[in-house]
Formats: sequence, C-alpha cells, structure tokens
Amino acid sequence: MTSASVDESTRLAMYRDMVRARDFEQRAYDLFLEGVVQGTTHLGLGQEAVAAGFAAAMRPTDMTFCTYRGHNHTLLRGAPMPALMGELAGRKTGICGGKGGSMHLTDVPNHAMGSYAIVGAHLPIAVGAAWAGVLRGTDQVSVCFFGDGATNIGAFHEAVNLAAVWKVPVVFVCENNLYMEYTPIGDVIAVEHPAADRASAYGLESIIVDGNDVEAVHDIAVETIERARRGEGPSLVEAKTYRHKGHSRADPGKYRPDDEVAAWLERDPLTISRRRLEADGVAGDTIDAIEAESMIEVDSATEATRNAPPPDPATLMTEVWADGGSEWRN
Amino acid sequence: MAELTYRAAVARGIAQEMERDPNVVLIGEDVAAAGGVFKTTEGLFERFGPNRVRDTPISEEAIIGAIMGAAMNGLRPIGELMFSDFLATCWDIVANQIAKTRYMTGGQVALPLVIRTANGGGNRFGGQHAQSVENWAMAVPGLKVVAPSTPSDVIGLMAAAVRDPNPVVFFEHKKLFAAKQEVPEGEIVDRLGAATIRNPGSDVTIVALAAMVSVAEEAAVVLAASGVSAEVIDLRTLVPLDTKTLLESVSRTGRLVTVEENPRLCGWGAEITSIVVEEGFWHLDAPIVRVTTPHIPLPAAAELEDLAIPSSEQVVAAVQRME
Ligand SMILES: Cc1ncc(C[n+]2csc(CCOP(=O)(O)OP(=O)(O)O)c2C)c(N)n1
Ligand SMILES: [Mg+2]
Repeated sequence: MTSASVDESTRLAMYRDMVRARDFEQRAYDLFLEGVVQGTTHLGLGQEAVAAGFAAAMRPTDMTFCTYRGHNHTLLRGAPMPALMGELAGRKTGICGGKGGSMHLTDVPNHAMGSYAIVGAHLPIAVGAAWAGVLRGTDQVSVCFFGDGATNIGAFHEAVNLAAVWKVPVVFVCENNLYMEYTPIGDVIAVEHPAADRASAYGLESIIVDGNDVEAVHDIAVETIERARRGEGPSLVEAKTYRHKGHSRADPGKYRPDDEVAAWLERDPLTISRRRLEADGVAGDTIDAIEAESMIEVDSATEATRNAPPPDPATLMTEVWADGGSEWRN
Repeated sequence: MAELTYRAAVARGIAQEMERDPNVVLIGEDVAAAGGVFKTTEGLFERFGPNRVRDTPISEEAIIGAIMGAAMNGLRPIGELMFSDFLATCWDIVANQIAKTRYMTGGQVALPLVIRTANGGGNRFGGQHAQSVENWAMAVPGLKVVAPSTPSDVIGLMAAAVRDPNPVVFFEHKKLFAAKQEVPEGEIVDRLGAATIRNPGSDVTIVALAAMVSVAEEAAVVLAASGVSAEVIDLRTLVPLDTKTLLESVSRTGRLVTVEENPRLCGWGAEITSIVVEEGFWHLDAPIVRVTTPHIPLPAAAELEDLAIPSSEQVVAAVQRME
C-alpha cells in the first residue's frame, strides 16, 4: 500500500533517514565490538521506520523525548552524526562532551530533548514541556517514544492521564518490539497490546500501526501531531516493530525463537520501503546514491571519532550549575 | 510593617514572583482553589488564574516530571509536593533526572525550577508525614537546598529560589506555618548560600536549620542565664553551604553543636562536622556535639515524638556537658 498523502520527496527523505540510522547504528555496533564505543549501546536496528516516519512529520521546533534506545531518534531530528558517534565513544567531540554517553544523547538546538535511561521517566517530562509550549504560545508538540515495557511503570500512567486531563499536545509512541530486555511481553503484560489496550483507560483512542512501514507511521504521525497542535489533546500510538539485534551491547538475543526472528527480518523496514519506491518507479540509481552517501557520512563520522581526543579533564567539574561550575560552598 | 505568618509568607513570596515574571507557574495537589492543604497557596488561583495555578492528579512523578519539562521549555515552574515524605515517590525524577540533566547533557539543558514541600515533625502525623528529609536532597549533586526559619526568609529565599537558574528544593517547615513576624511591605529578595547569625555569642556556636533555629535560640537564652554565651547560626540553605560564616564563628567560640531534625546517620550536621574538623580543627577547644533526631522512624504519639525531636533542653545539656 502506498500512502496517498506522502509525496515522493518525503518518501525518499524518509528512506534516506532510515538508511542513515541503520548505517550509523550498525557502525556503532562494530565499534563497540572493537572497543572504540564505550560502556553500552541499545540499538534501534529494525525500528528505524518509527523514528523516520515521525521525524518527517514534525516541525523543527517540535520536541522529541526518547529512551536509551534513542540513537535513531536523535540523529533523525538533525543531530550531527560525528557528535553522536563522538558521544558513544566518550570523546571531547561528543554531543554532550562525553558526559552523557550512549543512553543520554541530547541535542537541544534540534529539539531532541533527551534520551532517558530510567524506563518511563521521560513521559511526564514530555508532558510538561508540551504544556509549557501551550502557555507560551509556541505551537509546539512533544513526541515521546518509549518501549512496551514502559507501559508497566507508574510514570506512564501518571503522564498519560495528566496529558489527557490537561489536553496537552503530546504524542506518546510506544515502540512495541515485543520484548523488554529478555522477557517477552506476554509473560508480564496483562493485555495483548501494551499501549493500545490501555488507551481507553485515559479516554484515548486505541491506535496500532505497523511500525515497520514508514509510510503508515508517517500517516499516523501527521494525524496525531496535527490533532495535538489543534488543541485536541494527546494521542497514544502503538507501533509494532522488532529489534534486529539483542537488547544491548553484544547480546545475541538467543531468547527469541528463530522463526520469529526470521519472519521479522523478512519485514525489514528498509527492504519494504526500497521495494515500494522501486515499484513506484523510483530509479534504482537514485536509491543506490542515497545508500552510498549514507556510508560516506558514517565513514567520515567514524574517522572523526577515531581521531578525536578524550574529554578535557577540566570538564569533570563543569556544568553542574548554570554558572558552568560545580561549587556547593563558599 | 504588618504581622505575617510563615504560612502566608509562602503565598506572598510566590505571588511576588508570579507578579514579576509571567513564566512563573505553580502546580500541585489542591494548590489552586483550595489554597493548599496547609493554606500556603491561598489567593494565588484567584489572582493568577487557572493557567498559572493548577491542580494536578495525585501523581507525584507527573507533577515533578512536568515541572522539569516545563523548565526545559521556557517556564520557571514551582511544583508543590504536599509532604516532603512524598519525595520518595518521585525520587527518580528529582535525583536522576532533574539533578543530573544539565551535567549529563554537557550544559545543554537549564532547569530553573522550584520543588516546594512541607517538611518536618511536631504535628503528631507519624512516620510518613513528619520526616525531616533535607539531608536526602543535600546528598544529591545538582540540587540546591533551602529551608527557611522565618516568614521574612520564606519570602526572600522563595524569590531567590525562583530566580535561581538551577533546580531548588524548598523545604517549608510544618511546625512553623503559624509562626508570626513583622515583615515590611514591598519586594523582598534574598540570596541562596548565606547563613545568618540569629544570636551573637562567644562561647559556643550552635548551628541549626528551620524549626531547630528556635530550639537553638531558646537554648541560648537558658545558657545565657548560666553565663554561657551561645552564638546561634541559622544555615538557611544547605546547598550552597555558607562555610565561611560557620568557620569564622567556630574560630571565635572554639565549640560547635549542630541541632538537626533529620535522623542521625548522614544528617547535614555530619557534613558540617567534617568540614569544621578538616578546616577548623585548631580552633576547637572541645569535641563537636551533634544533637539529632535518633536514627528511628518518627513516632506519632505526642510523648514519643517530643522525645525524638531535639529540644532546647537537649541542646542546653549538650553544651553544658562540653569541656
Ligand atoms: C526503571 C527501570 N527499571 C529497569 C531498567 C533496566 N532496563 C533497561 S531497558 C529495560 C527493558 C525495557 O523494555 P522496553 O520498555 O520494552 O524498551 P526496549 O528496550 O524494548 O526498547 C530494562 C528492564 C531501567 N533502565 N529502568
Ligand atoms: Mg521492548
């Protein structure tokens, strides 16, 4: 199915976004194994269509709030790739100066308002930011991404309820990848659809979208974001998707049945999108060029990161307070 | 000059700042038309309207999370937690999110916000509505911590907290809500990080905070009658900490007593003690004494609660036992 509402340039832009996110994260994985990327990573490989479909539907001033699995969201709001890679590798060039790491990618100039590593914590924060936009008349919408597992935590319920009673312009997007770490949703969630089946508890419509179909995601993103902007309140979207790799680091994801993994790999969002573009007459060369450009960008970010110095030791004690320092006494 | 209660000073301090800056907003449970369960926000809803003074669901994570988000996007919000004990229900947002976000993002995010909360015992409320938890907040890098003891300080420090570009936890003491003081008309603006000498003295320094300040002052009166001159310092803010006033006082008196309502272990007096031992040791003429609530949950019954919370008699006895 080809969405009537998405023009070709948007579809190509979304494809480009997905390819960039894919290549960036695949490289992050390789660099983790190599020891260049430090600590941990939680890759969104396989989940790119959710990030790309929403990013394409947002205005530059709309705000993104995401989780530790947020490389793709932050990148697709416009964060410079070398600065993201630098942050993963703990370099001075990192977007947070090396103080955040993989789980805290933030790019305020592009309204990527943070990656949050405590499950569910960012939902109320996204609500508050959107509410501030209403009071200040900025016409902004918050889009808040989280996992299926986050629907079991109190902050999810507190935030969705508050957003609903205050009619705040926020779109909550549950990326249901069927697992939370190593636990399948059926073991720990009382309903089949973690977000959609709970929507009615807050007077919201139950919305499920194929999270591997970027155009379907884009359609629902346009609809829910515009609804929010019109002052009609929040939406809760459940995007069904799947991660291609394990939960984090080098997790091989062996707890997932082989046939399930194979079926989802068949439904790779990039393959779906590329096939559709080709079927609609986009030249293979055009698509190949997008892919080649992405690889050049990733290679260059990798090179920059390899050559980047570690953070300046003096920055250890900076930016606790707004005066730039960390003093707690006179 | 008019006589003002500590309770009314809270509303006056907030009103002063809301009047000055349209970006200042207040949210919390029952803070709007009801005026707050302690009547500390009376009149604000009528004066500033439902956009700026808002009731919330009983959702502490959502209240404090929402003020964080609002601060990220241009407001200077004040969030009320009805009781400071409830900090435990939203501690993730306070300690992991609000306190750390500026640092973790390399300075990208500013969080000018105030968390106001009713702290402390003396009202027979029992272990979940009477704790003094100022030391919890003090233990987290990235939070400023304020605990005024007088109506005038409530206004001035509220103004300083709202104007501060950093997150501030503002502890209002329940036992003090009815306390009165002559307070001048007009704007009052103080600054964070400045202790006040409430009673000058030369023989011993007694350091106190919030409701413990009057306990220390009463002790000083009793001690004076027996010829001991006690200097009472009201810290007013724990972060930033005015160590200058403290160390200067100890250099004159040679003796230090802390009077803390928080339970003993890792109470703020332990940090004060450590600073004075490290930096003022050669001025000391006697071991430092900490008078604290014992390391127990707070009991409800009047007789037990009164035994638990430091009294002026305990402070007097502690000073008299010193060499
Ligand atoms: C409050 C909290 N509890 C537990 C964890 C540890 N943890 C990190 S990710 C994760 C699984 C979350 O699953 P889900 O919400 O479905 O997101 P996904 O990782 O699948 O994207 C867990 C349990 C955490 N970070 N925060
Ligand atoms: Mg999941």
